[in-house]
Amino acid sequence: MKIALTVNGEAREADVWAGESLLTALRDRLELPGSKNACEQGECGSCSVLLDGVPVCSCLVLAAQADGHEIVTVEGLARDGDLHPVQAAFADAGAVQCGFCTPGLIVATDDLLRRSPDPTDDEIREALSGNLCRCTGYAKILDAVRLAAAR
Amino acid sequence: MTTAALSHGRAETATRRHDAVPKVRGEFAYANDLRAAGMLWGHTVRSPHAHARVVSIDTSEAARMPGVHAVLTHDDVPGRKTYGLDFPDQPVLASDRVRYFGEAVAIVAAEEPEQARRAAEAVRVEYEVLQPIVDPERATESEPLHPPGTTARHGFREDPRPNVVRAMVVTRGDIEAPADVTVSGVYEVGQQDQAFLGPESGLALPDGEGGVDIHVATQWTHVDRDQVAPCLALEPEQVRVHLAGVGGAFGGREDLSMQIHAALLALRTGRPVKMAYNRQESFVGHIHRHPARIWAEHRATKAGQLVSVRMRILLDGGAYASSSEAVLSNACSFAIGPYAVENVEIDGLVVYTNNPPCGAMRGFGAVQTCFAAEAQMDRLAAGLGIDPVELRLLNALEPGGRLATGQVITGSLPTREVIRRAAALPIPEPEELPRDVLRLPGGAGNTTRGEGVRRGVGFAVGFKNLCYSEGFDDYCTARVRLSADGAAEVYCASAEVGQGVHDVILGVARRELGTDDVELVTGSTADVGSAGSTSASRMTWMAAGAVQLACRDALEEQERAGGGEVDVERVYRHPRTFPLDPETGQTTGERSHVAFAVAAMRVVVEVDVELGLTRVVWIGTAQDVGNALNPVAVEGQIEGGTAQGLGLALMEEIQTRDGAILNPNFTDYLMPTFLDMPPVVSDLVEEPEPDAPYGVKGVGEPPTVVSTAAIVSALRDATGRELARVPVRPDDVVGL
Repeated sequence: MKIALTVNGEAREADVWAGESLLTALRDRLELPGSKNACEQGECGSCSVLLDGVPVCSCLVLAAQADGHEIVTVEGLARDGDLHPVQAAFADAGAVQCGFCTPGLIVATDDLLRRSPDPTDDEIREALSGNLCRCTGYAKILDAVRLAAAR
Repeated sequence: MTTAALSHGRAETATRRHDAVPKVRGEFAYANDLRAAGMLWGHTVRSPHAHARVVSIDTSEAARMPGVHAVLTHDDVPGRKTYGLDFPDQPVLASDRVRYFGEAVAIVAAEEPEQARRAAEAVRVEYEVLQPIVDPERATESEPLHPPGTTARHGFREDPRPNVVRAMVVTRGDIEAPADVTVSGVYEVGQQDQAFLGPESGLALPDGEGGVDIHVATQWTHVDRDQVAPCLALEPEQVRVHLAGVGGAFGGREDLSMQIHAALLALRTGRPVKMAYNRQESFVGHIHRHPARIWAEHRATKAGQLVSVRMRILLDGGAYASSSEAVLSNACSFAIGPYAVENVEIDGLVVYTNNPPCGAMRGFGAVQTCFAAEAQMDRLAAGLGIDPVELRLLNALEPGGRLATGQVITGSLPTREVIRRAAALPIPEPEELPRDVLRLPGGAGNTTRGEGVRRGVGFAVGFKNLCYSEGFDDYCTARVRLSADGAAEVYCASAEVGQGVHDVILGVARRELGTDDVELVTGSTADVGSAGSTSASRMTWMAAGAVQLACRDALEEQERAGGGEVDVERVYRHPRTFPLDPETGQTTGERSHVAFAVAAMRVVVEVDVELGLTRVVWIGTAQDVGNALNPVAVEGQIEGGTAQGLGLALMEEIQTRDGAILNPNFTDYLMPTFLDMPPVVSDLVEEPEPDAPYGVKGVGEPPTVVSTAAIVSALRDATGRELARVPVRPDDVVGL
């Protein structure tokens, strides 16, 4: 089936099959592989994107459900070639190791800081508890979120 | 190796990792992000049984399905039918028998991933189900799973019993020497998964001349090639393995997964073939940490001096050997922890069963034994009425002392220093009640207001070796091309798996060459020799050594030639190691391990003993890190390694029934989230390693070795329970 949606501010169309996830459509049809596929169960948050401004696990959303909606992926956060402040903070704080969880965490952090520009540590930990990271033990990610908030 | 001039200097490392920007932008190409024109998708048919005879395989229906280009079985493997890291005991595709749940039986290539998946479902495999061997205690009394002698003739102790991968004994001194007190216990460690976030994936491209290029997330490109080529009946040069972006590894990418399968399909169809496992397949697509059963008896004087340690270590190797023999050897070598003990008897055994195959995972055998040995040290301290930290200081193994294997420690091993510094880290005061539920066991579940919550403080010490051991020819190659204007290209196939070794290489090259104009050409068997594996906490040391050597020789050669272009490839080796005597487990030369790293850890926990819920409140650690080239990266390794140890202590276990994995997904296989991880205070003990370039040490494994033991020590303090098995379950800490 054909779907039409806005991705990172651009009108896009894709030909998807009925059971296909938004994540697969983004990665394999629309050539936006930044959102990662790690669990396909909504447990790890690696595939997090904004759907009409609300963070979702794109592995749990059917591509067909995104028809007519607006999606922002990690690739859509940088402006005019400059890193988004959250991206810059993750790079500067040593919050990136293998980096597979990073796109999802950046989308989730951006959402948190929009809702709560100066979060407490507990708020940060709870807000990002749906994003698994296997490399960092989360400490440098906490640093990165604090840094992004401070900036 | 001259290190004096540089031993306290830090190689220049940029604040940002060189791959940080593409990674935060979502532009870094992981193996699963690769595509090629005309690409097909591969899929694997896997056994639903842990042990069965394969009666027949019918591929006819699958081959006729839409979009399908190839369906291959055992008969289509043109070369050697089996492969393996240490012994070629694993079929590329099962022929007459499957030995574990999820074993590969056939492979399919189709235009669309969904077509490949459906075709795989249409491959008809008739099985005659056999009784699986699932209890490692019974393995040596069961029918052999492999032909006799599969792992014989490797210099191991002779053991004629069936299903023995390796048996070993480490024995020294007089195990009956007089002592005042004895403590003993039986300890168990469950099966942990590496659970790297990026599942196995890769892309194979036929070169049109009979050869193949494989782009894959791996830990060692060259040894992948050496295993792949014979199975394809190709020369090594015809198989080029290139490092694709790696989404974590932790030992789980040492063995092959889809490499041979994708190459077979690509060569058969003449098209590029991509294979990408999903999470469920990933759980059967790589080996796991060995489940262990350990009996230990410690004897000491009244004053607390260890007199003897006796241990029996049984590891479940699962269906195929992988690196089990080396994991067992490490478990035995480091079984008693970093303590000086004259009288030792360690009896180790790793067996074949029909459980999921096990191999390398961060800590490599030392995790399991550290859990047992540190529990024993706490038990001894309690029995003697000696402070547990004092007991450890009293028995600490330091340079000049001997390992259980008889090796005299000659390099750096600041055991007392890490113990003192970890013990001196101030622990947080108990928090007042009432408090936010997020700061109570059960967290957002809102299960308690603080009643029934008990606090405990624990301590543990762990150590292991750095680099490969026991006479293995452990080397790393680097190649440096200098242009006339001083710009440099550095080639090194060391696998960047997230730990930051590529920044180490760039930092070393910039420092040695005196220029920032350095480009790193990474990870291919096509243009540089082997770097060895990204494992065993070796890659920083080995890559730094090789790049340093190649840079210095390139400059020298350029100077000798009076300028112009030079292209230099050099091989770096660490000091030689020697095998262990198969009868005594004692070193047969100066040393069997080249170097060591030690960490001590202090942990505060709270346990809700009414519900069995646990909150780790705080972790403080002092770790022997050599000269820390990049302190932020070192801390990152400590924090991440600690999280994996916390997972094993509290939640992570692959559960099996009759060999089948019951929880192959992130809903049922639990890992630490942001809310599970407390703050980790890391005190870096920087004592340069005399044998290593710049005095570096690997840092990734010690935190994983020590943290499980330290966390359970704190749980015991909170509950008074023995807690002899990890992961500790809620049931184990309720009802006090």
